[in-house]
Amino acid sequence: MSSAAHDEGAHAGHGHAESPFIQHHFDDGAHQFESGKLGIWLFLGQEVLFFSALFVAYIIYRHNHPEIFEYAHRYLDVRLGAINTGVLILSSLSAAWAVRAAQLNQRRALIFCLAVTLLCAFGFLGIKYVEYAAKIHHHTLFGKRFAPHEAPDGTEIEQPDGNPGKDAKGQPTAKEPLNTVGGVKAQPIEGSKGPPPGTAPVVPGDPSASKEEPASAQAGVGVLPAIEAQKAAGAKIDTESSARPPPNTGMFFTIYFLMTGLHGVHVLAGVFVFIWLLWRASKGHFGPRYYGPVDFAALYWHLVDLIWIFLFPLLYLIA
Amino acid sequence: MLQYLLTFVVLGQPATPPAAGADKPAAEQSQPAEKAAAGDKKPEAAGNPCDKNAPRPANKPKKTLPPVGPRTDIGAGTYWMPVANSDMAEHVDGLFLAILAISIFCFVGITIAVVYFAWKYRHREGHQAPESDAHNDALEITWTIIPSIVCVIIFLLGWKGFVDLNTPPKHAYEITVVAEKWKWSYKYPNGWVDENLHVPVGEPVRLVMRSKDVLHSFWVPSFRVKQDVIPNRYTKIWFEAKTPGVYRQYCAEYCGDRHSFMKSLVVVHPPGGFKRYMEEAEQALLDMPPVELGEYLYAARGCNQCHSTDGTTKTGPSWKGIFGETHQTSAGAVKVDENYIRESILDPTAKVRAGFNPVMPTFKGQLKDEQIDGLITYIKCLK
Amino acid sequence: MATAATTIDSSGAPPEPSYLTVKRGFRNWIVTLDHKRIGVMYLIGITTSFLLGGVFALLVRTELFFPGSQIVNEAQYNQLFTLHGAIMVFLVIIPGLPAALGNFSLPIVLGAPDVAFPRLNLFSFYLWCTGAALMLLSLIVNAADTGWTFYTPYSTTTGTAVVPAVAGAFVLGFSSIFTGLNFIVTIHKFKPKGMGWFQMPLNLWGIYSTALLQVLATPVLGITLLLLLVERIGRIGIFDPALGGDPVLFQHFFWFYSHPAVYIMILPAMAVMSDLITTFSHKHIFGYRFIAYSSVGLAALSFLVWGHHMFVSGQSKLASMVFSALTFTVAIPSAIKVFNWVATLYKADITLKTPMLYALSFILLFTIGGLTGIFLGALNVDVHLHDSYFVVAHFHYVMMGSALIAFLGALHYWWPKMFGRMFNERVGQVCAVLVFIGFNTTFLPQFVMGARGMARRYFDYDPEFTRFHQVSTIGAFLMGITLVVSFGNLIYSLFRGRRAPRNPWGGTTLEWQAPSPPPLYNFYAHEQPVLYPIYDYSDLYYDEKEGGWLRRADAKPEDEAYEP
Repeated sequence: MSSAAHDEGAHAGHGHAESPFIQHHFDDGAHQFESGKLGIWLFLGQEVLFFSALFVAYIIYRHNHPEIFEYAHRYLDVRLGAINTGVLILSSLSAAWAVRAAQLNQRRALIFCLAVTLLCAFGFLGIKYVEYAAKIHHHTLFGKRFAPHEAPDGTEIEQPDGNPGKDAKGQPTAKEPLNTVGGVKAQPIEGSKGPPPGTAPVVPGDPSASKEEPASAQAGVGVLPAIEAQKAAGAKIDTESSARPPPNTGMFFTIYFLMTGLHGVHVLAGVFVFIWLLWRASKGHFGPRYYGPVDFAALYWHLVDLIWIFLFPLLYLIA
Repeated sequence: MLQYLLTFVVLGQPATPPAAGADKPAAEQSQPAEKAAAGDKKPEAAGNPCDKNAPRPANKPKKTLPPVGPRTDIGAGTYWMPVANSDMAEHVDGLFLAILAISIFCFVGITIAVVYFAWKYRHREGHQAPESDAHNDALEITWTIIPSIVCVIIFLLGWKGFVDLNTPPKHAYEITVVAEKWKWSYKYPNGWVDENLHVPVGEPVRLVMRSKDVLHSFWVPSFRVKQDVIPNRYTKIWFEAKTPGVYRQYCAEYCGDRHSFMKSLVVVHPPGGFKRYMEEAEQALLDMPPVELGEYLYAARGCNQCHSTDGTTKTGPSWKGIFGETHQTSAGAVKVDENYIRESILDPTAKVRAGFNPVMPTFKGQLKDEQIDGLITYIKCLK
Repeated sequence: MATAATTIDSSGAPPEPSYLTVKRGFRNWIVTLDHKRIGVMYLIGITTSFLLGGVFALLVRTELFFPGSQIVNEAQYNQLFTLHGAIMVFLVIIPGLPAALGNFSLPIVLGAPDVAFPRLNLFSFYLWCTGAALMLLSLIVNAADTGWTFYTPYSTTTGTAVVPAVAGAFVLGFSSIFTGLNFIVTIHKFKPKGMGWFQMPLNLWGIYSTALLQVLATPVLGITLLLLLVERIGRIGIFDPALGGDPVLFQHFFWFYSHPAVYIMILPAMAVMSDLITTFSHKHIFGYRFIAYSSVGLAALSFLVWGHHMFVSGQSKLASMVFSALTFTVAIPSAIKVFNWVATLYKADITLKTPMLYALSFILLFTIGGLTGIFLGALNVDVHLHDSYFVVAHFHYVMMGSALIAFLGALHYWWPKMFGRMFNERVGQVCAVLVFIGFNTTFLPQFVMGARGMARRYFDYDPEFTRFHQVSTIGAFLMGITLVVSFGNLIYSLFRGRRAPRNPWGGTTLEWQAPSPPPLYNFYAHEQPVLYPIYDYSDLYYDEKEGGWLRRADAKPEDEAYEP
């Protein structure tokens, strides 16, 4: 008679052949390992979807405003990005090797590989810190906080009031109204001269539209790009010269910080996981009969690496 | 009586009796009263700006703003829908009723089946349920294919109607719509701004819409048209009204506290009426005494959403009696005079009154100087 | 915890304490790894949240009895409907069936001792509690007033406590993700021998499809809410048009999750209904494969239709057209299920117990809900009906009239198994009928009102809608009172109910072989469940002494693949 029994296996499961880390409700170690494997793949699947919205936002904004991405990406240091890529690839290698070491019961190799992975992770985070610090220093930040004094090639950018004195965050010294959306206040775009008045898309019978909308406000999806609006109004726009960022260049850094920030959070989480693994490996928990956590953490780490391999060209290597 | 005589003597007004409750001692006026002979046919400019009945030049009789009649769409229409006032609306109704008929047919059918089976096949002691199949592929395919075909037809009809809704004729009359918390403003090609949407009957009208703050949505149930209104972007909609009348318009995208008060009227004028209205409206406004202009703008431009005139505190301070008072603001103590009012309209966050949030939008570029003058006068006269 | 009895099986004294009484004490419950206890804790949290959300609903409907202000002002009203929606969607309906009842039943239905990852299960519960606490925080500080959909730019600029509410929803999303992950692995790896995919109870097909959605769709909600938080706190500009962002992008991200979310709400409901209908019809379900395929089909198609919430949002007309076409495809699998359920009733042997009354209610209310979705899928009709009370009525028919009714039916169905007590059947039946009447009284008028021009989320309204609102409010109170009575009936049974047999309803799935309530590992060590052909009632008989159903000793178990 076929039986729906599992408990026999579970209760009898952990004899001396099985690792003490096999849980009661599993038939045996293999059952636990297969379940964990499926579980981690599902988790990685949802992680990909977690990042997906950012990639979609990237695609949409870059498609609609290539000039922003073309201009702003030059603020990024490609060498540091490339080093980070190499560091992560190396760490993926050591993570995969750690799994192998656990399978072959090579405790010292396992500990060594885990340590290398951890060091690479720290290295990655360190380089990221250097990059972020540079951005804070140069005021190349997200949204309204994009207020650099220099263009990517080093030439100086004129400030709207001629006065290079801004506060530490690069914010304009005038008080901002709470409601920043829509035509509340015509804000000059930091770091540029601002659009000439009357550059809103012209609508027949709309006498007051031009006065309150900065051209930057038109740069939404599906609207006349600000550049074309300004050109239509006869303004001379200089996108080739690196001395003048296009309007809303802060959007590039919004995307940049969101994507690299979320990725960095996942690297940090990985750091904690690998510290935990290192501790457990030093206690001799892992071996051929039980290496699931190492395997699954390595899979997670490969995904973290893979995401960076997409981020690097998308953010740093824009043609 | 004495006050009336004094007023008459002091101001040289024609002998109209004072309105009930409107007695104002001469001393309260903010402008010095000027003496003039009684019965003078050509009076000098009256000194009281709050007097709406000040004498006018003989060749320029006062024009009143043409009234907007009561709604004609209440109670009109079928059980399910308001009266359909355009061809596109009728198409929507046709499809709606078709889907309704199909739905009622399906629902009644299923209900009858469920109730009948539950009764007929109820458990009875000793009674054995007859044998029956556990599946029947032919039946499955049938009841998959037929609903699919029905759905395709409904989709195609809906799509066609949708394409029509989004394809305005080239010669449509264009009106700009501005949505803000919590007021609709309609700007006509000649520069006139109205709080209601006036359109000619039988002519296609295209609306080009934008929002000044958050998402809103323009909905006229009688025309079955709706379109979200987005900040910093233009969205469009069009319709052609078939029947003159006054129809309700709503905001249909939640936008904050007074979302449900953000409504206006669509006035469909009979032939010739629209042109006449536009001319009269513009003329009336040009001729309006400042205090009446201010009173009109108070309602038409949405000040009434946040400021009361009876002392009630709303999102913004009440206007009652504030002229001449000294208030604490975010920039120190300020006397409420003409300059402060003008600044508050054009740069509202410069000096925010203590106890209120800096949420007032600017009207820079939206009010002509004469209109600001009118508002100042109106506030001045609110005792 | 409630002192339900230890189990009584046919042989007399219970060989093991039940899961309720083994290791008593609050501390043992709060760190339990037992899926049944976790399910019960979820149940307590979810029903409490439901009552709170229901109170808000009644406050809303009271306010709407007349135009103008009755008991609150407009700002407070906006907070009321926001919290009502957020609590019901995120704290009650999305977790409801999977977390409370699915957690309890899934392993037992598989004949397994627990879910695949018990610690993750407990962690999911903690996440639910954290999310609930954050929502409560928003409620206490200055309840959010954005609507449960949090549309930008209003949600990024309003002064109410949006951050805790959004953070709460974010955390709840991960609770949902991990529950789904757990269920997928459990179903894949813990099926008993002899139970292939097509010998699984349909309940599990529904849970599986739901779990796929939970894992794949919810992360998108996570990132969307995260972006909203960062936008609100840091003003990064991603949804701010003044900085080059797009507020409509938020809607795309939001609905990409939220449309599959409504299928997360309805798929387990449909799944349980399949099991209920077959049990109380005492007959094999009609069209097993079609129902199974339709569950997975709905899950897949649900990812493709999010734009039907946005026909008038400013998205491209081509996108609207494509979404409308796809929306009609997603209607078909639901219709197939309804037809199969009705066909199951044909030539059946039907007992109208309380769970069955809820199940029949479900069929009728879901039919209305689904059909009114057709109106909304047709483009030009939707232009008129969007953001009106027609939509409010539609989603209440599918979320409350279907998903919640299914939850109540399933709760009554498994109540004897969970707590070893029978509730008062007469009270249960009367409540089921009154809920049906009250529900229709509340929401049928809203269809007409919406088509006539009543917009949603309105604090004040034009006087011509007054009668509709009044009928709706009366229905709401009738429903509210009845629901409280039915919960009271269930709780009363914990103290005074008759002891439940193993199989009070005559079900064929494995949980009805377990004791009521089950022991810690679901089945006694010496009494492992035996798998019989799916939905085969021929060997079941009602035994008076047992007070429930037993299987004949000569019944043939499932020992080869059986084609239903």
